[in-house]
Amino acid sequence: MSQVSESTLTRKDFISDQDVRWCPGCGDYAILAQVQKVFPDLGIPKENFLIVSGIGCSSRFPYYMDTFGFHSIHGRATALATGAKMANPDLSVWVVTGDGDAMSIGGNHFIHILRRNLDINILLFNNEVYGLTKGQYSPTSSQGHISKSTPLGSVDYPFNPPQLALGAGGTFIARGIDRELKHLNQLLKEAHNHSGTSFLEIYQNCWVYNDGAFANLTEKELKMETQLILEQGMPMIFGKDKDKGMRLVKGNLEVGMIGKDCKMEDILVHDEKNKIHGLMLSELTHKDGFPTPIGIIYREEKPPYEELLLNQIQKAIQIQGEGNLDSLFQNGHTWKV
Amino acid sequence: MSENIKKIKEVEKVVIRFAGDSGDGMQLTGSQFTETTAVMGNDLATFPDFPAEIRAPAGSLAGVSSFQIQFSSDIIQTPGDDLDVLVAMNPAALKTNLQDLKQSGIIIANKANYSKKNLKLAGWETNPLEDDTLMGYQLIALDMTKIVSHAVEDMNLTSKTVSRSTNMFALGLMFWLYDRSMDSTISFLNKKFAKRPELVESNIRALKSGYHYGDTVEAIQSSYKVPKAKFERGLYRNIMGNQAVCYGLMAASQKSKCRLFYGGYPITPASDILHILSNHKNFKVKTFQAEDEIAAIMSVIGAAYCGSLGITATSGPGIALKSEAMGLAVVTELPLVIVNVQRGGPSTGMPTKTEQADLLQALFGRNGEAPIPVIAASTPVDCFNAAFESARIAMEYMTPVVLLSDAYVANGSEPWLIPSMEDLPEIETHIKKDGTKFQPFKRNEEQLARDWGLPGTPGMEHRVGGLEKDEHTGNVSYDPINHHRMTELRYEKINKIADSIPEIVPHGAKSGDILVLGWGSTYGAIRTAVNEAIKDGKSVAHAHLSYLNPFPKNLGEILLKYRYILIPEMNFGQLLMLIRNKYLINAKGLNKVHGKPFTVSEIYSGINDIIGD
Ligand code: SF4
Repeated sequence: MSQVSESTLTRKDFISDQDVRWCPGCGDYAILAQVQKVFPDLGIPKENFLIVSGIGCSSRFPYYMDTFGFHSIHGRATALATGAKMANPDLSVWVVTGDGDAMSIGGNHFIHILRRNLDINILLFNNEVYGLTKGQYSPTSSQGHISKSTPLGSVDYPFNPPQLALGAGGTFIARGIDRELKHLNQLLKEAHNHSGTSFLEIYQNCWVYNDGAFANLTEKELKMETQLILEQGMPMIFGKDKDKGMRLVKGNLEVGMIGKDCKMEDILVHDEKNKIHGLMLSELTHKDGFPTPIGIIYREEKPPYEELLLNQIQKAIQIQGEGNLDSLFQNGHTWKV
Repeated sequence: MSENIKKIKEVEKVVIRFAGDSGDGMQLTGSQFTETTAVMGNDLATFPDFPAEIRAPAGSLAGVSSFQIQFSSDIIQTPGDDLDVLVAMNPAALKTNLQDLKQSGIIIANKANYSKKNLKLAGWETNPLEDDTLMGYQLIALDMTKIVSHAVEDMNLTSKTVSRSTNMFALGLMFWLYDRSMDSTISFLNKKFAKRPELVESNIRALKSGYHYGDTVEAIQSSYKVPKAKFERGLYRNIMGNQAVCYGLMAASQKSKCRLFYGGYPITPASDILHILSNHKNFKVKTFQAEDEIAAIMSVIGAAYCGSLGITATSGPGIALKSEAMGLAVVTELPLVIVNVQRGGPSTGMPTKTEQADLLQALFGRNGEAPIPVIAASTPVDCFNAAFESARIAMEYMTPVVLLSDAYVANGSEPWLIPSMEDLPEIETHIKKDGTKFQPFKRNEEQLARDWGLPGTPGMEHRVGGLEKDEHTGNVSYDPINHHRMTELRYEKINKIADSIPEIVPHGAKSGDILVLGWGSTYGAIRTAVNEAIKDGKSVAHAHLSYLNPFPKNLGEILLKYRYILIPEMNFGQLLMLIRNKYLINAKGLNKVHGKPFTVSEIYSGINDIIGD
């Protein structure tokens, strides 16, 4: 039972008494505000929210939310969240992580939580740089990125987070942008609604160390041409005049000019459940000459890990009866003295 | 059936070692002998010793696997030093184990395996069964494979299946030699091969032909009888260390009314804990095989935050990986038990062999000042108490606890006086449910333990994490004085545990020449050696530490009552360093890292080296 009944929860109920310490103007503020706005609408008693984070700028998130929260260690939030969800499956567990935290030091735990499909929501604040350690390149920084640790430009090929998540067996893969508030709000709700691990990558501007990394996606004049907003059952069109769309040419995604080199019927209709489309769409991350897909890239229904585990426990009890320690100890060969 | 005209001699204790190739089934043979011996009412202790390789090259020295058991009509503490009987199924087994056999001890060898090739592999230039290498021993060399093939002749089995059941022949012969019944093994075979009746039949025939061989063959003049031991009254069973750890933790979970959550990653010699707990889902035990050691402990921290009794078990290399997370558990003050089944190190070291070289790692192996209570199990049976006690301290003091065991106690077994759940104490937790403004780092006076507010409880919303906390509000704080105070508090809390643990009572002389101070699995060898020294009129005592952090309150006082303190350890002097440092006394070490437990005689000569014969 909640003290504050769920219907009366408001954004304010989720604001903690701690001062927010991100740099003024950081993209994290907008995401925090959206989460605080969405939580009261989810129909979950306040005490059932648990936010778990690792280390990095984004990972300060739990301190600013008046929910249960755990600021853990670098890269390990998903592993801690796994134990928490298994211990208490009634909780609504949210992991807040960054590109260094999830893609680098926590890469192993990241792929394994997706594979297991626990009903946990992962918010990856991707700013393509290390902020808290003051500006080194990250596993999602583009090749050639100049930073303190790559003065001549990085030679690493970056990770493509949605594709990595798909490869790991993720069942909900989506992307949002810190500046697209309404869209983000929607995605947070969808992530919550999905039963299984939801992976939501959020492009987040770090103006101190990587300003403008996503400017082409957020600047008013550009974004109509660069964002491919995915909507289930709708054709994948974009552009100021909605005159461009994605079509298949010899098995590859191509941009078609509707009415010029292709017809409206040639444009692909977005189907979240189509994994091949999901893979092709995720391939468009930072790809020259292509728009960047935003929205739900892939979604699949599959029983979550903790449900399967609880079923096993229930079944074991059904078959063997609830365990009794005295009889367990006395099981097998015994003798009396 | 056969008119037994052979003599039966009564003996007090016997040490047997079954040794053979990894594929010869020696562990199974040994554990079957153990089961039967336990039911016969002898006291016993076992020492399984096997290679790290799953299938080392057949016939090689590296591939020898052995199982030692001592059983007695007296109470015993170790699997024994010197062997009365060595079952050497192949030349490599004879080569690696002969040095442990007593003068005039019995060797039982399967001739069939002493081929030219195998002799060469084991480094024998001539066949020791045929020359005078084994003079002075009682050699019983026979072609077990041939006898077993005769026994199953009508069954049309492959020669592989036949040679695989020769271990049952050896077991049958040992059953006859020591006057044990075959019933328990027969019912075991019926169960094990329930789906393959031909294997049940062939193994039982092999077992029986071994038994009858003893009866009929002239080479063996007498069999032996070991009368029942005088145990404390009660119901007994045999138990292995890792199993006892699991039962102790499950008992603590029930007594604290906190669900047991286990997160682990496969590692020798701790994996059995994962296997055993996974097998008890009907106790609502939740087990999680994580992707790595770090995830294992992190999942446990997450579960502990949500109100579970969190357990992880590993061995030294795994602890190294978990150390950052252990620090997180220290600073967030959450109850978990971290079991370290120690093995030979450093690095991968000797995975299946025993050692006690992780004591300092348990105490100090973390960044920052991160005190953790450390408890050590001294025998397979003691694993139950040590595990229960570790969980009690974790819950009552809101702290991670390290439980040290090692390959020797984990795989060893002995008779266990089965406790009744009713007799075990309740464990109090610090769970708070009142829902008023919750302060996560408010402490009680008695234990300095913080309150435990569980997700899902209305009004208890709060944040914890790895950053330093304000002493009063629990909010993040970088205040210098506060950090100093919090560090002090974390130490004070652990030191307070000494109020809740028993004082140490030495066994033997209350004061005198020498106190042998031990911890962990050296218990049996020390206790036996000290008892012998006392019998020989020496002024000696034994004190054994179950609590390595904090120490029992009276330890310093006790140490001053003896002229010499001798500390035997399977490391290069780790407890020694702690004792010298804390009590400023000139304690002496007795150290070995052979991957094998101390023998009684090694401890005894350690005592003699100090105070003379
Ligand atoms: S360093 Fe960058 S990511 Fe970190 S708080 Fe400042 S702006 Fe945000």
